[in-house]
Amino acid sequence: MGLFNKLKQALTKTREAISDKLAAVFKPGRKLDKSLLQELEDILLSADVGLETTDHLIAKLQEAGRKVGPDADADALLREQVVALLREAEATPPPQGAPHVVLVVGVNGTGKTTSVGKLGKYYANQGKSVMFAAADTFRAAAIEQLKIWGERSGIQVVAGLPNGDSAAVAVDALQAAANRNTDFLIVDTAGRLHNKANLMQELEKVSRVLKKRQEGAPHEVLLVLDATTGQNGLNQAREFTRTAGVTGLILTKIDGTAKGGVALAIAHTMKLPIRYVGYGESLDDFDPFDAEKFAESLLGERAEASAN
Amino acid sequence: MFDDLTSKLDRVFRNLRGVGKISESNIRDAMADVRRALLEADVNLQVSRDFLARVEEKALGQEVMKSLQPAQLFVKIVHDELVALLGEKEARMGTAKKPPTVIMVVGLQGSGKTTFCAKLARHFKAKGRRPLLIAADLQRPAAQDQLQVLGESIGVNVFRGESKNPVEVCEAGLRHARKISLDPVILDTAGRLHVDDELMNELDRVRKGTEPAEILFVADGMTGQDAVNSAKAFFERLSFSGVVLTKMDGDTRGGAALSIRAVTDVPIKFMSVGEKLDQLEPFHPDRVAGRILGRGDIVTLVERAQATLDETKAAELEAKLRKADFNLQDFLDQLKQLKKMGSLTDLLGMIPGMGARMKNVQVDERALKHTEALILSMTPFERERPQVLNASRRKRIAAGAGLSVQHVNRMIQQYDQMVTMMKQLRKAGPGQVKRVFGR
Repeated sequence: MGLFNKLKQALTKTREAISDKLAAVFKPGRKLDKSLLQELEDILLSADVGLETTDHLIAKLQEAGRKVGPDADADALLREQVVALLREAEATPPPQGAPHVVLVVGVNGTGKTTSVGKLGKYYANQGKSVMFAAADTFRAAAIEQLKIWGERSGIQVVAGLPNGDSAAVAVDALQAAANRNTDFLIVDTAGRLHNKANLMQELEKVSRVLKKRQEGAPHEVLLVLDATTGQNGLNQAREFTRTAGVTGLILTKIDGTAKGGVALAIAHTMKLPIRYVGYGESLDDFDPFDAEKFAESLLGERAEASAN
Repeated sequence: MFDDLTSKLDRVFRNLRGVGKISESNIRDAMADVRRALLEADVNLQVSRDFLARVEEKALGQEVMKSLQPAQLFVKIVHDELVALLGEKEARMGTAKKPPTVIMVVGLQGSGKTTFCAKLARHFKAKGRRPLLIAADLQRPAAQDQLQVLGESIGVNVFRGESKNPVEVCEAGLRHARKISLDPVILDTAGRLHVDDELMNELDRVRKGTEPAEILFVADGMTGQDAVNSAKAFFERLSFSGVVLTKMDGDTRGGAALSIRAVTDVPIKFMSVGEKLDQLEPFHPDRVAGRILGRGDIVTLVERAQATLDETKAAELEAKLRKADFNLQDFLDQLKQLKKMGSLTDLLGMIPGMGARMKNVQVDERALKHTEALILSMTPFERERPQVLNASRRKRIAAGAGLSVQHVNRMIQQYDQMVTMMKQLRKAGPGQVKRVFGR
């Protein structure tokens, strides 16, 4: 089964959950009026898009309604707006480094270690050499978990001791990666709630020592965001950006019924791009982010069969 | 916890207070604000709609508008409805007629099942029971190792089966528990999506094979609108008997608590409030509702104090305070007791009215550490008689603590202020004390 099909299959579940509702909203020829706007607002809020970004999108639609009149194609307009918000955040590609250091951060239980495994496999599939740094020294057995992922895709893991200094592990791994001319070093960190000052300081230290060893490192800092997360995702993005300089998101667990709308809110309010999506238990269940597909999962397939 | 919702509602009610007399449109405005607050708190859209309808009906129907204190009455209505929605009483854990009691723990990936299982085992062990943990998560790499490590750290047996089938592992573990009289038995199952039919069926088979007295659904406290979907799906399949909210030590607004409760009508039995294995609290709906409304959680604070503070030391301290004979050694003892109760941020959050005010204040926990280090660098003589601290002694203390002399000076200054305040309080007598601390 091709990658696209698998993602599509994963997204189908998501879509099915809301497709009936959406079909009713986007009936062809339906007027762009107050009741349609109200229904669209409900859909966005129910997808965790949040009040600020929902208000923004609805205001844009209203504006279009005034310009084009009630016959405006609300479906297409909304899709355009969603994609535009996501593209705007994507604007700048991350800088490259050798080794290219990717720091993976997030709160507990979002799927950081799994995402590290998947991202490594993704690079390896492109013929790149990859190394993992098991810098989650806190959670029991997190090191073992990453080692298993590493074994499955033939990626070497640099690990320290449980409860050791995670910054030291990161530096050791960077040294090892540089010695071996590895293309990518992916650093797994312990999950931490963003309101714990001491744990965030520890993360800041990991980022700082990497920079000290190699100019520009970490080149990417990816925040792993669970698609089921609600508006707290905004706080997570804000705090992790403040201490670790997040450059993009990995949105995980999109194969459930949650649509991860808070990622859209983060892209909108903080201009942070979604870089990858994760959606299953196999190492290949991982793709670069696609704004159009995301809009589709958020809003359902286009109402009129306009394709072909 | 619930800080953000608290501050929102705080503002809504402050606005109402300002108006003095309330009209129908005032209430509508307040309702709109409450709606925003609920949605930003991740209360499900439909759930908040139902909630608002109930509140509005009561607010308009009752004598709110005629009331001399309409704001208070409004607050009471919102509060009562929150309590009603969260469940009125503290819920207890079920037990099997014939031991062992089986507790099955289920939920989505990453909700915190494994950590919760260990916390629950610790909770029972502290009550003198002999629990068994069964590592039935065969899906996630190293999940069994994780449970094993946690089990060892609290001295609880962990059963790991040979089989690759979680149903068989659970049944084998249960037989093992019967044989050596372990009770209760806690099943740590793999995280799964509620839309995964195959894995949901597997849970059903585990349930049939082990007949649990209690099935707990573990939900991440940060969950958004989707909380209702997953909770409903798990409930339809397993009719779980209790809910556990995890990661409640974060700054989540916790709306998922309301949503899950509303769609399943199953009581929330525990809240996880930290990474340490003793950070598990029973869920008290009335207290949480109070917290949501900015009334603080003084009961938890007092309970925590009682559980951690040493009574004889407390009595000694009281005597000293009364005589205003409070030296730096006492100060150090106090710091240690305070530290045992949890982080300062947590403690401040529980004080009524502080939640909203403390929102953006970062408490520097390091300052406490500094103070501790400074006092520990003093001789016992110096601790008892801080007045002997001359320049040379201060220099030595600063070096010992790895800090500067300024740090020492600042600390001594604070100590002096405290002693002066204590003397004033003593003179003032109990009636005055209230005036100092009250509004």
